[in-house]
Amino acid sequence: MTATLSPVPAGTAPATRIMTFWCPDWPITAALREHSLPTDTALALVDRGEVFACSPTARQDGVKRGLRIREAQARSTGLVSLPYDPSLDERTFEPVIAAVETIMPGVQVIRPGLCAIRVKGPSRYYGSEAKAAEVVFQTLAAIGLTDVRIGIADGPFAAEQAAKATDQLDVDVEQLVVIPEGGSAWFLGSYPLEVLEQPKLTVLLKRLGIRSLGDFAALQASDVRNRFGIEGALAHRQASGLDHRTVVARKPPPHLDTVADFEPPLARIDQLAFAFRTRAGEFVDALREAGLVCTALHVSLHTESGEVSERRWQHPRWFDADDVVDRVRWQLQGTNASDHGLTSGITRVQIVPDIVENLSDHADGLWGTGPDEGIHHGLARVQSMLGHGAVLTAIIAGGRLLADRRVFIPWGDAAVNPQQSAKTPVKDRDQPWPGRLPGPVPATVFAEPVPAVVVDSRGNPVDVDLRGLLSADPAFFSAGPDGGRRPVHSWAGPWPINERWWDPKGRVLNRFQLVDQSGSAWLLLLEDHAWWVEASYD
Amino acid sequence: MTPPAAGHALEWDEPSPDFEGPSRTEPRGLSGSPAVDVVLGLQARINSMQAGKLDSRRLPTVPALARILPGGGLQSGGSYAVRNSTTLAMALLAGPSATGAWCSVIGIPDFSIEAAQGFGINLERLILVPDPGSQWLTVTAALVDVVSIVLTRAPEHLAPTEGARLKARLRQRGAALITLGPWQQSDSTLGVAESAWEGLGSGTGHLRTRRMKITATQPSGRLRHAYVGLADLQGTTPDGHVLPDALTPQVAAGTDALFEPQLVRSS
Repeated sequence: MTATLSPVPAGTAPATRIMTFWCPDWPITAALREHSLPTDTALALVDRGEVFACSPTARQDGVKRGLRIREAQARSTGLVSLPYDPSLDERTFEPVIAAVETIMPGVQVIRPGLCAIRVKGPSRYYGSEAKAAEVVFQTLAAIGLTDVRIGIADGPFAAEQAAKATDQLDVDVEQLVVIPEGGSAWFLGSYPLEVLEQPKLTVLLKRLGIRSLGDFAALQASDVRNRFGIEGALAHRQASGLDHRTVVARKPPPHLDTVADFEPPLARIDQLAFAFRTRAGEFVDALREAGLVCTALHVSLHTESGEVSERRWQHPRWFDADDVVDRVRWQLQGTNASDHGLTSGITRVQIVPDIVENLSDHADGLWGTGPDEGIHHGLARVQSMLGHGAVLTAIIAGGRLLADRRVFIPWGDAAVNPQQSAKTPVKDRDQPWPGRLPGPVPATVFAEPVPAVVVDSRGNPVDVDLRGLLSADPAFFSAGPDGGRRPVHSWAGPWPINERWWDPKGRVLNRFQLVDQSGSAWLLLLEDHAWWVEASYD
Repeated sequence: MTPPAAGHALEWDEPSPDFEGPSRTEPRGLSGSPAVDVVLGLQARINSMQAGKLDSRRLPTVPALARILPGGGLQSGGSYAVRNSTTLAMALLAGPSATGAWCSVIGIPDFSIEAAQGFGINLERLILVPDPGSQWLTVTAALVDVVSIVLTRAPEHLAPTEGARLKARLRQRGAALITLGPWQQSDSTLGVAESAWEGLGSGTGHLRTRRMKITATQPSGRLRHAYVGLADLQGTTPDGHVLPDALTPQVAAGTDALFEPQLVRSS
């Protein structure tokens, strides 16, 4: 399993031995795991219309990084394309780091899929560097990761190249490359300059006739420094196998998320709220101990039948234990149309903090933070009585009909909720909106239009024909099921409103203003020969 | 999980310094004699005439309405009924809201926020609870705790004791209550007695301005009235861009060409 390459011995200063472990195509692995796809899926992750990463199956069909998505789909007909999500990579890599940290401390994440560890301690503990690497293989295999490459060399740069070199060796089972101490310069010698990832320097060196890291390393360090400055000098040290960087171990983050499993599953909301209460308290306390407050969190509920309900909740201030329990409850009740109630018992509740902020940013002022704190507590109490969507604030949006011009936002949600904007985008009120109402705005806009009847002086219903002609002057009208017959004092209309005439779901309406004998004014709509009261100027 | 209604309603049983229930004012065992009837009659009259608190704070009010309200404006701790006009209720809300007070609208799903903004109500400090359902009283009481002014539709059935407790709570918290519809404990009942619109012909024009006769009836039976225009009620708002053509006809003449109804009548 080990390929030990013969070194060029050189008496050099003691170097830091570094082990790098690399999971090839990590974004693909992460996406496959997240979406539960089979490993041989032809998958491409798309970023800004171009392929960012692709699975080995897709690569066999000729898909490669940087290809337009159409071109990739043409090459591989069964291609599954998903948007690339960098946060997913980090999130799914977290368990891998945690697993390695249980066997050897001091892991530095260079990027998701690539980690570096000082190997001196582990090699002494496990007996040798190869044995330490073997332990890492076994640990990662235990969490389902089999395609892991490990490189051990002097310095992170050489170790990374060694891990990647496993691909270039002819024997494809090799997963470990150990460059013995002092052999890194020899190992790197044959590499092209591109691995330095310094495009400007690379171009310049190539013009000077230098093609490989070995050629570059052969130059005098002082000359390189004089000619190429500090960046060139650092690159020269890397090429010579004398990496200036060292491993900065990450501090394992505190566990802030919480999971509660229920056995037997809980079917009633109040049972669940009661059972989860302690865990919610622990969640908030753990945050507080870390000096943090949570302002947005993900709640996922797993049921016995395998359904998962996930939702992100925001909080105008921060979550305390009651708020967390309330969010779990609301999610089960399905207060918003976007949620749906679950059909079987709850087996697991998971809370993951999405946005945490420093506690000191949210601390109360010396004389309190003014009335808004009280407002928030009062409204949270009403929300816990009636549900999240029952306490609203409103903004004015664009639109022709008055009911379209108001948008309600549950208290605590952001002004423009991304979920909401995907479904019903908030229209810009500054657009012209031809057909909108002139003059004063009515004070009562019926949430549900009220049916009305409008007749002419002979008692025949008034209608508008296709050319927009009125059949007769309105003389009497009645609004609502029990509204009495009122004589029309003055009126105006029809004002045509043509909403999205190209769309079958568009509406064609005529709007009228009527004033009755008592001096109250009404706004009526005529749609498809039926009259509705849109609003009342009461 | 917070126990919602029960724990909350218990707070109301605290004795309130302001509220004297009817049972306390009536001396037991003496009813029946004519002298007692006179005393009770007088006491009821005193109760109806005296202010809730001697030093009740006045909330900012639109000048056109301040003239006819008892005490020269909305009083904190007061309750006001508006008979038949949401416009009037909005005008009452506008004064406190324009000075930064939080307002709440409970149980009125038809409340037009666009018109509210036209009156100068700050939408960022306006809380809407369109459907409190059966928990009207608890929700209203909870909001009275935190906001300065509550507009609500009076429920059809409310026990007098509950109304009295709500009133006591209003006084404690210094909030004002405006109800659409009759309210037993109101300090003043406002209504639009007469209304006339200008700008609308028979098939031509559009609504521009409105003249109203507004009456305010106090529990003592005293009635005041004022003639106001729509612009007077919106007097507190410097923000005119919502209703550009309602107040200034000469500006309207230019913009109205777009809206002029293309009316062809067949008669």
